[in-house]
Amino acid sequence: MEAEAAKYIGAGLVNIGLMGAALGVGNIWSTMISTVGRNPAAKSTVELYGWIGFAVTEAIGLFALVVAFITLFA
Amino acid sequence: MASPIEQFAIKPIIPIHVGGVDISFTNSALYMVIGVVVATVFLTGAMSKRALIPGRLQSMVEMIFEFVANMLRDNAGAGSQKYFPFIFTLFMFVLVGNLLGLTPYSFTYTSHIAVTAGLAILVFVGVTVIGFVKHGAGYLRMFFPHGAPVILAPILVPIELVSYLSRPFSLSVRLAANMTVGHIMLKVIASFVISLGLLGFLPFAGIMGVTLLELGIACLQAYIFTVLSCIYLHDALHLH
Repeated sequence: MEAEAAKYIGAGLVNIGLMGAALGVGNIWSTMISTVGRNPAAKSTVELYGWIGFAVTEAIGLFALVVAFITLFA
Repeated sequence: MASPIEQFAIKPIIPIHVGGVDISFTNSALYMVIGVVVATVFLTGAMSKRALIPGRLQSMVEMIFEFVANMLRDNAGAGSQKYFPFIFTLFMFVLVGNLLGLTPYSFTYTSHIAVTAGLAILVFVGVTVIGFVKHGAGYLRMFFPHGAPVILAPILVPIELVSYLSRPFSLSVRLAANMTVGHIMLKVIASFVISLGLLGFLPFAGIMGVTLLELGIACLQAYIFTVLSCIYLHDALHLH
């Protein structure tokens, strides 16, 4: 196989890593919704941690992008 | 067609070379200067009247100020107020950088790992120094959770150490990658507008939505960067 073709296939395979980020972000939102549903008074506190958790988990998905860039351009 | 990552290219505007080291004034440096000027003019200009009943601009500045002050108080705890100027500057620099980048044809300096890593290393080194100054060698207790059995130390200490050392890495990559992805996504969808011809209004409507989303992400990432710095500061001041 040509090295150039393998590069593109590798960059495509990196997208599998997004499955983990999707699961994580979905988990955070679903937990947040059910928590606020059970106890609406906790909304402001839960929301703060929810956003932090969302950004931290989302970053895991973005590491996949960084790996794809390294595969393609480095 | 122009490549979607062409917008991140750094071009020298005033070439300066000192002893073989390239310290040219680039478009990235130009936008950082613009960012600082915008933030300074906005903050001082809006507060110049010092009205007892704030106008629109003045209440915007007061809201940002109180927002950051609350964030610091809630996340870094007692004794953190003296670090407020640094945290506020950090927040404004990242926020203005993210928002400036959304202006068409502009450059996003927060999309470059060199800029965000500079900020993250500043936070990391600062927090570590504060921790050692405040607690001395006792700061090393950070790496062993309170109340854990001593026999677990060989496992727990390396894990805590790695998680501590990876902080500047994740802090900088998170911001840079978020900004990069957003701008690439905008460019890719924008290229569909031309190539789809008459149906191009569909991706055009999509771009409007994505631009709104990016506006939210720009503010959120500035908030996340600052709030994580506050949490690291809390660890240094109060040891977990």
